Amino acid sequence: MANNNVLVRVENLKKYFPITRGIVFSRHVGDVKAVDDVSFNIYRGETLGLVGESGCGKTTTGRTVIQLYRPTAGHVYYEGEDLAEMRGSDLRHMRRRMQIIFQDPYASLNPRLTVGAIVGEPLEIHRVLQGKEMRERVEELLQLVGLNPYFINRYPHEFSGGQRQRIGIARALALDPEFIVCDEPISALDVSIQAQVVNLLEELQGRLGLTYLFIAHDLSMVRHISDRVAVMYLGKVVELSDRNRLYEEPLHPYTQALLSAVPIPDPVVEEKRQRIILEGDVPSPANPPDGCNFSTRCPVAMEICREVDPEFVEIEDGHYCACHLVESQRQAVS
Amino acid sequence: MTASETVASTAVPERRKTAGVWADATYRLARNKAALLGGGLVLILTLSAIFASQLSPYSYSEQDRLQTDAMPAWMLSIFPTVRPYAKITSDFPLGADYVGRDLLSRLIFGAQISLSVAFVGPIIALLVGTVYGLISGFFGGRVDNVMMRIVDIMYAFPTMLLIILMMAFFRSTFAASQPGTFTHAMNALDRRFGGMLFIFIGIGITAWMGTARLARGQVLSLREQEFSLAARAMGAGNGRIIFRHLLPNVLGPLIITVTLAIPGYISTEAFLSFIGLGVNAPTPSWGSMISDGAQAIRTYPHQAILPALALSITMFAFNFLGDGLRDALDPRLRGVQ
Repeated sequence: MANNNVLVRVENLKKYFPITRGIVFSRHVGDVKAVDDVSFNIYRGETLGLVGESGCGKTTTGRTVIQLYRPTAGHVYYEGEDLAEMRGSDLRHMRRRMQIIFQDPYASLNPRLTVGAIVGEPLEIHRVLQGKEMRERVEELLQLVGLNPYFINRYPHEFSGGQRQRIGIARALALDPEFIVCDEPISALDVSIQAQVVNLLEELQGRLGLTYLFIAHDLSMVRHISDRVAVMYLGKVVELSDRNRLYEEPLHPYTQALLSAVPIPDPVVEEKRQRIILEGDVPSPANPPDGCNFSTRCPVAMEICREVDPEFVEIEDGHYCACHLVESQRQAVS
Repeated sequence: MTASETVASTAVPERRKTAGVWADATYRLARNKAALLGGGLVLILTLSAIFASQLSPYSYSEQDRLQTDAMPAWMLSIFPTVRPYAKITSDFPLGADYVGRDLLSRLIFGAQISLSVAFVGPIIALLVGTVYGLISGFFGGRVDNVMMRIVDIMYAFPTMLLIILMMAFFRSTFAASQPGTFTHAMNALDRRFGGMLFIFIGIGITAWMGTARLARGQVLSLREQEFSLAARAMGAGNGRIIFRHLLPNVLGPLIITVTLAIPGYISTEAFLSFIGLGVNAPTPSWGSMISDGAQAIRTYPHQAILPALALSITMFAFNFLGDGLRDALDPRLRGVQ
């Protein structure tokens, strides 16, 4: 894809959370490397899926990209401008263009505010609209996400999980952003509601030309919604590719193991499904192993994997992977 | 739980103002009989303290030397041992004290002292403590560390001793005799406040710390909640997040603790007045009245029992109100002490 279509370029992004000891004089004794040297592009209008198991840094990546957490190192270029360098009002101005939808529809809405106040707050902060116009815009937004505009004076506790998530989406859309981080927007919802919310997100993307960074751990849902998919393991992106290529011929052994866990809704195929069962636990992000982060559990780990951190390189056109084995195979072919 | 929860799913939505959290709480409070009783008593006490000079039959300092220790006839049936020597009067509805002052009037004026303490404590606790705790919890890290260590140090202060020392120092004749000095100014100010200044200072120094800790703890968890992050993602500044998103969510528990602390302030004042360190005579305080009455508790028990009763009823009223507020604002805590 052409470079000028890149909306967000993430370069060597790191987010470490310090671990400190001592009450009065705190000593810095280490870091939880939640996001450790991650690079990827997000193209305008696409949905980039970000998958990985719990605690691998998906959410932190999403939050760091839109500067809810300030990165420890690295850059996030939004249309060429580095968000990591921005401060104060510049950053506040950029916030109009990027928004986030949260995972927990119960915690993400302030219980003391009415729906109107919640959805209207971004308009209020950026002084976009006031009074009657603001109210009309809020009603329009509620309608857009499939809620009755009469709900404007109600409080979040009067709504179901799916309805609350719609309120959260309406709030994210209030400022007409172009880029939205969807931080597991469906994982807290009932399965029957999940489809509704995903369809709403897809419909809105088509209608408003949105770009999504879609974080999830539901692999089939990610396959459904994403154009490209990035797989994370222990703070690093291990593989990034087109959706179909990733699901059909995953390169990284972790991706292979992850995908082998997905049940196939066809009893004949499902019968033949071979699960790759990984041994052991995910190492602590405060103390990642030497070399490849996956080397401790990788079924095909080699000597070099325990010593040298593999580079995240383009194996085929648009298919990136960080694995010594894959790289050596590619070199053998060429 | 509440009826309003089911409303969202009903078929015909209509435009209406639904019950907010505060309206909900008011409704629950109004259905709690003990809290209503407590609230009613507090209201009556407050009104009688405000309109003390209109309500009371006499002034609190007016003496009738001929009627010292006099008591009304109906009291004899309650305290039969007094019968042989009692001086019966119909001038004073609740009798007179040892210098012939009307007990009822003194009780009504005494409410002024107790209630001013009851309101000054919470106001300081809410204003200072909440802001302190919000700032400490919100900014976290080093700021939080320093601010909370200050609270820890202040907690170690023996409040009662501090109040007593301040009174001993600033009320000495030495302090009063040198105009233009700080001690003299404090002495004058104390007399302006009718001897309440140091009690206010003492309560003010201690009252805010509990609230600050509570507010900080709440904020620490709330600021990581997704709605605070959402506000940040929208571009909200710190002030907006603190006062619009965090404060309303911590206010409930704060109001509860502050209300439940009121009986403590009242009893502090009563205790200090009882040991003679409270208000200046002849201003009546329930504590000093109990102290006066205690001198003659065998001969005239009503002189100590009446102010003690007023004190207990007031503390009960605030306790009931506080419990009711707790149940109303945080129904999950019902029955938890």
